[in-house]
Amino acid sequence: MNTQTKTATYNFPDERGYYGQFGGKFVPEILIPAIQELEAEFNKAKVDPEFNAELAELLDEYVGRPTKLTFANRLTEHYGKAKIYLKREDLCHTGAHKINNAIGQVLLARRMGKKRIIAETGAGQHGVATATACAKFGLECIVYMGEEDMVRQKLNVDRMRLLGAEVRNVTSGSKTLKDATNEAIRDWVTNVDTTFYIIGSVVGPHPYPMMVRHFHEVIGNEAKEQIQHYEGRNPDYLLACVGGGSNAIGFFYPFIEDEAVKIIGIEAAGFGVDSGKTAATMSKGTPGILHGSLSYLLQSDEGQIELAHSISAGLDYPGVGPEHAHLKDLGRVQYHAVTDEEAMDAVKLLSKTEGIIPALETAHAFAWLEDLMPETSEDEIVMINLSGRGDKDMGTISDYIRDND
Amino acid sequence: MNRIQNVFNNKKADEKLMSLFITAGYPDMESTVDLILGFEENGADIIELGMPFSDPLADGPTIQHSSDVAIQNGITMNKIFEMVKEVRKQSEIPIILMGYMNPVLRYGVSAFTQKAAEAGVDGLIIPDIPLEEDGIIKEHAATNNLDVIHLVAPNTSDSRMKLADENSQGFVYCVSVTGVTGARDGDEVSKSVSRFIERVRSNITQNPVMVGFGIKTHNDAQNIASNADGFIVGSALIDTIKNHYPNEGWQSELFSFVHSLKFGN
Ligand SMILES: Cc1ncc(COP(=O)(O)O)c(C=O)c1O
Repeated sequence: MNTQTKTATYNFPDERGYYGQFGGKFVPEILIPAIQELEAEFNKAKVDPEFNAELAELLDEYVGRPTKLTFANRLTEHYGKAKIYLKREDLCHTGAHKINNAIGQVLLARRMGKKRIIAETGAGQHGVATATACAKFGLECIVYMGEEDMVRQKLNVDRMRLLGAEVRNVTSGSKTLKDATNEAIRDWVTNVDTTFYIIGSVVGPHPYPMMVRHFHEVIGNEAKEQIQHYEGRNPDYLLACVGGGSNAIGFFYPFIEDEAVKIIGIEAAGFGVDSGKTAATMSKGTPGILHGSLSYLLQSDEGQIELAHSISAGLDYPGVGPEHAHLKDLGRVQYHAVTDEEAMDAVKLLSKTEGIIPALETAHAFAWLEDLMPETSEDEIVMINLSGRGDKDMGTISDYIRDND
Repeated sequence: MNRIQNVFNNKKADEKLMSLFITAGYPDMESTVDLILGFEENGADIIELGMPFSDPLADGPTIQHSSDVAIQNGITMNKIFEMVKEVRKQSEIPIILMGYMNPVLRYGVSAFTQKAAEAGVDGLIIPDIPLEEDGIIKEHAATNNLDVIHLVAPNTSDSRMKLADENSQGFVYCVSVTGVTGARDGDEVSKSVSRFIERVRSNITQNPVMVGFGIKTHNDAQNIASNADGFIVGSALIDTIKNHYPNEGWQSELFSFVHSLKFGN
């Protein structure tokens, strides 16, 4: 049974933007004024009652927060062990947690007088969320997306265009999220005076990882209250998928100091952690610098970034947020990886038992239940962040089932 | 005296020094040493040798392309050191390694700075190490007598320019426009650059200043660098190589372009 002991206080990042040895701001001089201005403005906004009231109202009336906490009775029965609860970020407007952050950053951009918004996207969920927030506020929106991702997430490309965003296809490198991020940064370097870059995960130079975490903390804060309401206590386990790590950190962060809560992050192993076609950054990576921060990276001995692989576009990234790297080294969060195939099995299981089709990214967290549940007991509680819904992945899922069943 | 200081000390009052950037291992592994020597013969005063990186996020398509080709050609850090050693057998031209931090970090900062110095490298330009982060390389570079050259841009404040001056050795690199590397309209650049260089001159007093980004002709160079100690050309060289390689005479085409950059003919 869970007692609510506190660990030593967790207070990261430090004033230089470091989480232990990870983080920092490794960006060209041209971007330094922009990130300094952003940090100053964010620090003001986050304690400004007016800013917070407007954000809260948008989250309530537009995003549809608080999202529900659903008891997964049939999935619980399926495993016959701990009770499983689902934090329903799939019920957010646009279908994933990404909108929490997009709305927060758009409000900041407006506050700073920036009228041109750029973003990178992998699965398209962050792109859709950003395009949506821009439409709501009448801002110009340009989304960079890898050519390969534009094919596998075509529905989201069409959504972004309908929402008035310009989607620019990126043909350099692996033509996925990494390269879309490179292009977005190049745009930012070129148009730094007029442009606000909305990063879609807890990656990039300080203050982004801290700021994106802040806008997603609402997930964990709500879940903590909701599980109190149902069970009168904290859960024993938290489970979330980790691409860059934004849904995971938002869900985990309010529980970090609650030592008794075991926290697990699940990465994409692709064809397998040792297959050479993987996105399991924490399992296979080494410390390095990409996109403005120091964290674990998939890279060669020469320090060239390696191509990641995952069936899920949102996890197909060779890096991970610096705070996750630190939490791994601290041992506070356990990170594991599941394969494309395991994730696809989880899609099918959740769909059939709970009537919820999860995003492929999200399905990675559910796949870990196969390993975790046998270790649990009936009086324990597992809470999973259901970061998004699977509509956008129907093409990939159908193709996979046709080719493999 | 170190080689970089030396060229600035020997510079004639009305002369503009020319620093040329070339990606190590582009267009092929064999040519890099010859290109450096040929550049020197045709007027180059300083060489910036690019250490290719898979994700050069401050670079435009030209240098992205050259980096991709060099990586495919099998470039490694040790091969770059070998190239520098080869040049040093025949030349005392200052050589600055330029590239992103990750390959350096992966090699090991201590081993990297030591091997670079042993090979005959004079300085480092690492665009994704701003002043805030230069602790990661500073001491190691100093121990090995490598100059660390910081960049300033038109949106850099006066106080940061002063900091860049205090923390740089050799020279300070002035990025003429906010943007990625790549050939631009030189007339456009020169319109906006003069006020920037004026500000640079009043804040940067300990180091010489070199201006780069967007220079592709002798005229561009004279206009853009009129108030600086010299100019830097990179993408325009790579573009020239791209246009002529591997046709017969591609190197002489390139060298006559280099000559014209410095001397106007
Ligand atoms: C539904 C969903 N979950 C998770 C992710 C992975 O991102 P993060 O790790 O930042 O939550 C994505 C990214 O596109 C997503 O769309």
